[in-house]
Amino acid sequence: MIEAILFTLGLGGVCGVALSVASKVFYVYEDPRIAKIEGLLAGANCGGCGYAGCSSAAVAVVNGDAPPNVCILVGPENVSAIAAIMGSEAGTAEPLKSYNNCQGGHRATDRFVYQGLNQCSAVSALYGGKRDCHIGCLGYGDCVNACKFDALCIGPNGYPIVDKDKCVGCGACERVCPKSIIEVRTMSQRLLHLNTEDDALAPCQQTCPAEIDIPRYITHIREGQYDSAVDTIRERNPLLLACGRVCPHPCEEYCRRSIEDTESVSINQLKRFAADVEMNSGKRLPISKAPDTGKRVAVVGGGPAGLSCAYFLRRVGHDVTIFEAMPKLGGMLRYGIPEYRLPKAVLDWEIESILNLGIDHHTNVKMGLDFDLGSLVGGGFDAIFMGVGAWKDYKLKIPGEDLSGCFTGINFLSALGNQENVDIGKRAAVIGGGNTAIDCVRTLIRMGVEKVYLVYRRTRKEMPANDVEIVAAEHEGVEFVFLAAPNKVIEDENGSVAGLEYLQMELGEPDASGRRRPVPVEGSETVLEVDTIITAIGQSPDTAFRTPGTRMEELNLTRWDTIDVNPDTCQSNVPYIFAAGDGATGPALVVDAIGGGRRAARGIDLFLKGKPVTAQNRALLSQRHIPESIFSSVPGIGTSKRKPMPELPVQERIHSFIEADLVLAEPDALEEAGRCLNCCRLCYNPDNPKNAA
Amino acid sequence: MGDYTVLIISSILINNIVLAQYLGICPFIGTSKKMETATGMAGAVVFVMTLAAIITWTIDTYFLKTLDIEFLRTIAFILVIASLVQFVEMFLKKSIPALYAGLGIFLPLITTNCAVMGVCLINIKEEYNFLQALTSSISYAIGFGLALVLFAGVRERVILGRVPRPLQDTSIGLVTAGMLALAFIGFRGLV
Repeated sequence: MIEAILFTLGLGGVCGVALSVASKVFYVYEDPRIAKIEGLLAGANCGGCGYAGCSSAAVAVVNGDAPPNVCILVGPENVSAIAAIMGSEAGTAEPLKSYNNCQGGHRATDRFVYQGLNQCSAVSALYGGKRDCHIGCLGYGDCVNACKFDALCIGPNGYPIVDKDKCVGCGACERVCPKSIIEVRTMSQRLLHLNTEDDALAPCQQTCPAEIDIPRYITHIREGQYDSAVDTIRERNPLLLACGRVCPHPCEEYCRRSIEDTESVSINQLKRFAADVEMNSGKRLPISKAPDTGKRVAVVGGGPAGLSCAYFLRRVGHDVTIFEAMPKLGGMLRYGIPEYRLPKAVLDWEIESILNLGIDHHTNVKMGLDFDLGSLVGGGFDAIFMGVGAWKDYKLKIPGEDLSGCFTGINFLSALGNQENVDIGKRAAVIGGGNTAIDCVRTLIRMGVEKVYLVYRRTRKEMPANDVEIVAAEHEGVEFVFLAAPNKVIEDENGSVAGLEYLQMELGEPDASGRRRPVPVEGSETVLEVDTIITAIGQSPDTAFRTPGTRMEELNLTRWDTIDVNPDTCQSNVPYIFAAGDGATGPALVVDAIGGGRRAARGIDLFLKGKPVTAQNRALLSQRHIPESIFSSVPGIGTSKRKPMPELPVQERIHSFIEADLVLAEPDALEEAGRCLNCCRLCYNPDNPKNAA
Repeated sequence: MGDYTVLIISSILINNIVLAQYLGICPFIGTSKKMETATGMAGAVVFVMTLAAIITWTIDTYFLKTLDIEFLRTIAFILVIASLVQFVEMFLKKSIPALYAGLGIFLPLITTNCAVMGVCLINIKEEYNFLQALTSSISYAIGFGLALVLFAGVRERVILGRVPRPLQDTSIGLVTAGMLALAFIGFRGLV
């Protein structure tokens, strides 16, 4: 008996000693906060938080991946205790919410009849599911069964609907979904997500440089929910009033309706309609933003790229300050686009919405003159965004172009935008074929100039300006002189401009850009009698910001003087400097700058969080399309007339700077929204479902 | 040598610890939904079962038998196996983090696994010498792993079938396990 007692005691002692020695010898450092936080959690190991038990949740809180209120069972006292351990405010992390990305559901076509187990996981194991669309919702509701909070149901259209109030963001639905249709994301993650090849995207949304969810906002308009439409646009584009007016809408080129019907859906007019409804109501819709992160970013340049970048950075919680060289914010929107296309009052209203998020700004300060890189870094900014634009006009390099009466396009437009008086004559010639040239001629007409010529060295077909704008300029009485290369400016006795001599050209072989190269015709010199000449043949960035002797000199520029950045992340060779917009791409569209600003915001956000600044996997970047989503025919589409954009009559508009293009009336907008097929990657709503394949 | 071959074959196939002796059913059902988990678990079982058999055989032979206190066998084995697994877990976490990442989460699950306990007790009951005990425990563990991997493969397929609702998931799993056990009866005539 004694042996038995002694043996048991001995064995217990040996085991105990061995384990305590092992815990000392094989000790692995673990953050002491993990144990403390684990003690404060409910200890139920229920998995409701989305982590494998309470200890993993505690690890996630300490790593900053989960908020102090991660556990749904823990009361407010313990949440604040956890927050105190972490040294942060309770509820600092942004809430996660579940989102459904598929709008197809029953609308999508099936490849085979499935009679197996009623589970998404089962059907997806059979040839990837029964749907033609290999990314779309299968509709058996594995996510609904996985949700412990009753926040999901399969809607009447065959895809899940999320009850945002009940969703706690546990991620159970995302884990069971075999198709990545249900995603649990914070608002910040959604705001900074770039389109990828794996997303459910309509052709228009793949084309839009700002990646706006076009079918969704048009659906909101169709349902009369104008506020939701504005919110949807604002997830990708903070300058919706401006874009609704000036965007050349590349999206409409890829509208599926235009494949069968005569005209595409008037997407941009609908955007303008929704944006104008908000402005005309006089009440600003609230814009949600994430809790502050304490990081500071300097945005140099208050143009569309800078405003967009500042807006997205602010919404994801960073502290942003904008530095602008001109007297007011807006960049080319204010100083390059004339009043009749984008009224200053509208722009002011829009910029105020962005600044109301809590963005600080300084105007009349120019980088390289009033401040430099050193003062920004020394001033405590963690990252710098350069949205400096392209403000330097190319020179013609012909004799006499510095005479009085000669202007450059940007100088001319920005002086007017600044409400300065510009001394112009009675007859004017504008050289160039781009949008700046068109803006100049249409502005000159409105300033009462008697005869306005547009001189371009190729033909109308090759003009890079938007067709709508060219047509409007034709209507307003501009005379186009095509195939004309300026040769010299003729001087009068006072040293002012007396005329423009040009050489007649003819089209030769196509050049690298695919356009036929103009070749001069010998002895064809012709003189246009004008007293004002504006050259608008392209712009490049003004590189005065490169203060000699600072790190700015190390910043790589391209041979066009633009800042050399990675197009995916907008990061330059100096890791904390990012750039987008015209200053990085050369002159481009407003909507390109807005999209670039958002990409830069994503790069800066990654940089500030200490994560590797890498491109999003399989990103489309608006340059590629998902091949299977581009159709050659669209069955089931009838013809319907596009609602024309109302305009002021020519006689009325050429005598004033009143906005020439008007907004759609509400019934017209609703009808136009009804023309949208609400496309996704493969499926769409046909006009007549019976005729559809 | 022939004895050992017979011992290996009978431990893996004929007297399979799960399908013939019905031990370790809990992890067999619990970790067989995915092939990945099943292979991880199988590895962990081989590791723990071998170690446990060595230690328990030593304790039984040199302490319990010599002191004539075999009635303490069960409680002594429980204590030893539980401490051993804890010890191994700490050791791996510190010294071989890669192995810990692969097996770590399964180790606590085996702390009180009846298959481990069962194999240790079988080794004593059959009066194996040390080498036989070692061979049999490794073979039993391989048999457990084989059964688990086979079962996981079947269960991944079963999800595609039209299973009536009351029989879904674990219920059909148990039916499947029964059929697998029936199939293993076929090995009876092997030796």
